[in-house]
Amino acid sequence: MKEKTTSKTTYQLPIGPIHPALKEPVMFEFEIDGERIVDVDVSLGHVHRAIEWTGMRRNSIQIIYLAERICGICSISHPMAFIRAVENAVDIEVPERAEYLRVIQCELERICSHILWAGVAAHEIGFDTVLFLTWQMREKVLDLTEYLTGNRITKAILTIGGVRRDITKDHHPKIFETLNYLKDNFDKLRHIFLDDKTFQLRSQGCGILRYEDALKLCAVGPTTRASGVKKDVRVDQSYAAYGDLDIKHITPDLLTGQVNGDVYDRIIVRLLEIKQSVELIEKAIDQMPSGDLVSEPKILKILATIKKTNGEGVGRAEAPRGEVIHYVKFNGESEHPYTWKVRAPTYNNILPWIPMLKGEQIADIPIVAASTDPCISCTNRVAVIDGNNNYELNKEELHRLSVEKTRRLMK
Amino acid sequence: MRFSMLPKVFAQMFKKPWTNKFPAKYIPPSTTKFFEDVGAGKAKIIPAVETPEGFRGKIQYDKEKCTGCKLCLRVCPSGAIEFKEKEKKIKIYLARCTFCSQCNDVCPSNCLSMGNEFLLADADIYSKDLIVE
Ligand code: SF4
Ligand code: SF4
Repeated sequence: MKEKTTSKTTYQLPIGPIHPALKEPVMFEFEIDGERIVDVDVSLGHVHRAIEWTGMRRNSIQIIYLAERICGICSISHPMAFIRAVENAVDIEVPERAEYLRVIQCELERICSHILWAGVAAHEIGFDTVLFLTWQMREKVLDLTEYLTGNRITKAILTIGGVRRDITKDHHPKIFETLNYLKDNFDKLRHIFLDDKTFQLRSQGCGILRYEDALKLCAVGPTTRASGVKKDVRVDQSYAAYGDLDIKHITPDLLTGQVNGDVYDRIIVRLLEIKQSVELIEKAIDQMPSGDLVSEPKILKILATIKKTNGEGVGRAEAPRGEVIHYVKFNGESEHPYTWKVRAPTYNNILPWIPMLKGEQIADIPIVAASTDPCISCTNRVAVIDGNNNYELNKEELHRLSVEKTRRLMK
Repeated sequence: MRFSMLPKVFAQMFKKPWTNKFPAKYIPPSTTKFFEDVGAGKAKIIPAVETPEGFRGKIQYDKEKCTGCKLCLRVCPSGAIEFKEKEKKIKIYLARCTFCSQCNDVCPSNCLSMGNEFLLADADIYSKDLIVE
C-alpha cells in the first residue's frame, strides 16, 4: 500500500535576527504558501542596551544626553519627552520663546527623518537614484541643524526649563535659504514619489492597515494617520508652542480624497508632513516672542530642586515615528531618578506589521516592513535571560511581573 | 510622467560631484606620510569644508582661569573629565567626550570653550591630541 505523503503545502521562512536586508536585529518567522505570506510572527529583544538602567545612575542633566542616544534620528524627541517629564515632576514653567525654539528644532528633526525615510523606502524597492536625491536634500537640512546647534545629529540643544541656544536675526538668511530650497524641491519629490509608475506599482494596495486594526493595535504616528486615525500628540496635547501654530492632523485624504491605509498612503502622509513642518518653522519664526531662553540659568539650582522633589512626571512628544512617552519618578533623596521609563513609538508599530504583511508577497516584505519606519533598538526595553539562554515570558508571567514592578514603584 | 527620475539622473551626469575631496583627490597610500609631505611642502592638501560659527569641536581649556570647582565633572554625561587632585585642575579625555558643551555652560569661570577642530580620529584613545589639560 502506498503511504500518503504529507499534505502540508506551506513552508516556513525565518528572516533575522541578523540578515543582510535588515538594518537592525529583529526576527520574523513567516509561514509561506508559494509566494504568499499566510502567517507571520515577530520577535524582538536582540538589542537591549540597558539605557534606563544607565540613566538611573545619572543626574537629570546627564540623562538628557543619554536620552538623545536612544535613537539617532529622534535625537530631539526623546530628550524633549524626558525634559517634559522632569518639568512635569518638578513643576517648571518654560519661557514662551523657548517653547517656540523647541518647535523649530522638533520640526527640523521631523523633516530630516521623513526625508531619510523616503530615501530608505525608495532603496527598499530598488529605486536607488531616489535614495540619493532625497539624501541630497537631507544634507541641506543637516547643514542647517549644524549651523543652529553646533552638532549635526545629536544636537544637545534642549535643557530642563528651556533651550540652550537662541535663533537670532543673523540666523534667518540661512534658515530661509534652506526652507526655500526644500519648498522648491518638495514638488519634485512629490512628483517622483506619487506619480511615478514604479512607486505606484509597488506601493498601492500593498501592506494595508485598516482603520479598525490601526485603532485596535494602538498604532502611532504616520502609520496610524495613513489609516485615517486622527492621532497626533502635537495636535491632541498641543505641547510646546504647537497650540499657537494652527496645526492639523495629516491624513492621506487631504490629497487623494480617500484613505486606503496602504504603503502609498504612508508615503503621502510623510510627504505632506514635510511640507507642514516647513510651514510650521516659518510660522514659529514669524510669531516667536522675545524673552528668556531658560527658566533658570543656573543648572545646579535645577539639580538641587530635583534632588528635593518627591514625585513623578510624564512627558509626551510626537517623534517623527509617533508618540514617545517618558516617565520619571524622583524619591526626594537623590538627584538620580528613582525610575525612568521610555516608550518609543516603534513599540506600538510592531504589531500592525502582522495585518499588513498577511497576504502579501515575499518581495513586498522589505517595503512593507520599512513603511512603518521601524527603529528596533529604541524599542527594546527588556531582555529576559535564564542562564545563558534567551527566555520567553508568557502573557501571565509578564503581567504578574509588570504588576509587581508597578507596586514596587508606587511605594 | 512614467519615469520621472530620468531627467534628473541625466542632468546629474553633467554636474560636478558634491563631495569635497578632502584631504586629497585620491586616497594616499599612507595618510601619515601624506601629512608629512604636506608639512614639508611637497604635497598640497585640499582644504576641508569650513565649520559654521558655533560649531562644537575640540574643547579649549584655559588652565589659568580654572578654579577647580569640579562642577564640570558633575554634569558631564559621559564621564570624560578627570580631576587632578594635586593640581586642582581637570583633564578631558576627548575619546569619551560627546561634544555636548554642557561643561562649557556650567563652568563659573568660563575657562572652557568649544573650538572648531574636528579631525580627531586616532588609533590610540590616550594619544596626546585627544587629551586636553
Ligand atoms: S562637552 Fe560634554 S561630554 Fe565633552 S567634556 Fe564637556 S560635558 Fe563632557
Ligand atoms: S567647572 Fe570650570 S572652573 Fe570648575 S573645575 Fe571645571 S573647568 Fe575648572
